[in-house]
Amino acid sequence: MSETTHERATSAAPPGSGEHLSAAELAARHGLTVSGARPSLPQYVRQLWGRRHFILAFSQAKLTAQYSQAKMGQIWQVLTPLLNAFVYFLIFGLLLQGRGGMNNAEYVPFLVIGVFLFTFTQQSVMSGVKAIPGNLGLVRALHFPRASLPLSFVLQQLQQLLYSTVVILVVLIGFGHYPGWTWLLVIPALALQLVFNSGLALVFARWGAAVPDLAQLMPFVLRTVMYASGVLFPIQMVAEKADAPGWLADIMLLNPISVFMELVRHATITDGPHHGDLSGYFWLFAAGYALLAFVGGFLYFWKAEERYGRG
Amino acid sequence: MAETTRDAVASGERVPTVIADDLHIVYRVVAGRQKGNATAALRRIVKRQPSGRVREVHAVRGVSFTAYRGEAIGLIGSNGSGKSTLLRAIAGLLPPESGKVYTDGQPSLLGVNAALMNDLTGERNVVLGGLAMGMSREQIKQRYQGIVDFSGINEKGDFITLPMRTYSSGMAARLRFSIAAAKDHDVLMIDEALATGDKKFQKRSEARIRELRTEAGTVFLVSHRNRSIRDTCDRVLWLEKGELVMDGPTDEVLRAYEAETSA
Repeated sequence: MSETTHERATSAAPPGSGEHLSAAELAARHGLTVSGARPSLPQYVRQLWGRRHFILAFSQAKLTAQYSQAKMGQIWQVLTPLLNAFVYFLIFGLLLQGRGGMNNAEYVPFLVIGVFLFTFTQQSVMSGVKAIPGNLGLVRALHFPRASLPLSFVLQQLQQLLYSTVVILVVLIGFGHYPGWTWLLVIPALALQLVFNSGLALVFARWGAAVPDLAQLMPFVLRTVMYASGVLFPIQMVAEKADAPGWLADIMLLNPISVFMELVRHATITDGPHHGDLSGYFWLFAAGYALLAFVGGFLYFWKAEERYGRG
Repeated sequence: MAETTRDAVASGERVPTVIADDLHIVYRVVAGRQKGNATAALRRIVKRQPSGRVREVHAVRGVSFTAYRGEAIGLIGSNGSGKSTLLRAIAGLLPPESGKVYTDGQPSLLGVNAALMNDLTGERNVVLGGLAMGMSREQIKQRYQGIVDFSGINEKGDFITLPMRTYSSGMAARLRFSIAAAKDHDVLMIDEALATGDKKFQKRSEARIRELRTEAGTVFLVSHRNRSIRDTCDRVLWLEKGELVMDGPTDEVLRAYEAETSA
């Protein structure tokens, strides 16, 4: 470049007028604010609420765009999770006989519910990790509360799950579980899981923004969580096989992922030998996890609001 | 039009709208080949430091200036001199490494490209882009027809209901500009890769930019065409390698810049 020879030869004119005020004083006098500073928490919540239409529209747009190139289009929304569940059925249900004494009528809905609900949390975490690094263009071009992105992606996953519930419904009825009043409990259970997932996505969005490598690492962590949460087989069965003490199985049952799954399973599969009464504590735990994750995650994400978009 | 704003300014004290105070911007880029497996990732996370491969790009180095209401400021300099980065920092989109930017209200960049999705119809992109810029659903509904007409997308048939990936590059650029230009701004920043589309559309978009200028308090324009800077700006900042080389009236700075670049 030829400019190098001319460095600062024509020196810069002094900025501004002749007033002898520092930049900060001048700014304060005219009520200017620091650009890109983090808004206060109430302001932030208000801004986020103001963007609710964007959050929803963005999640729907992502969902539509996802399969728009496929010939069969939106049918894949239902087909993908179904095929997933089928593969797990082949391996864990038939090949490894890991169903803990459940017959097909009980095991297949057990498995399908487990896989779909786990996928909901798994995808929420993964899209949280990628929320900022995957949308740097957007973050660097437009102003909006950054929490819109992870929240929008969790909503996208919720809509995906709603497609999947069609499959769950067919499977349940196909295996002789007919709708009853307890089925209504699915709604609060999923609502709590949604809140929990949102909190989780916010936490992982901050981590993912700082260390994009998490996107490579998280699939392994999540797969471990899946095997430890009784998604594919009952936890009690594994614990018994391994001669682990009973309390260990109880603790594993109380991890958030299996709590939400057990709530939905017990609400819908009402007449299997393995699905009798569920302790009311499960609801307490579900509400506690949801609240803790969301409040904690929201505060944690907000704390770094002004730093997203660098690097 | 510029005269009226200048008169308002002359009547009283000059009101600053943007103050940059010894601003430094550093990009951190993960560059080069990297072991992409999980153990390497874990090691980096445990060390809490994305080791080795991260390179720092010091894009803006100690820039200070004060912009006043009614000014139209051009930014010039060779490619990679930090013009766009400076604009993003003013908009509060890039956090400064050190120094501060003070602004009056929320400056906005003219552009929504990143929010739009090629797989969606033009129709849905108008709504999505509007929402992303912070417009309400009612505002978008009111301006929808205006945006579509301005873009001229429907002049050759009902293209607005087709996915954007089916558009020619010119058509897509026209729609993007039309969406971006549909909103009013306090401090407006225009990065001029905007001169797209055919002659007719260029004329129309230049007129719209002038319109936006009169509505906005302060305008920043990045351009490589000295003519459009001369047409629109009364003050110019010349950046080179992230440093402010010159800040002054348009004619003066452009003369020095032209002498420099033709040498």
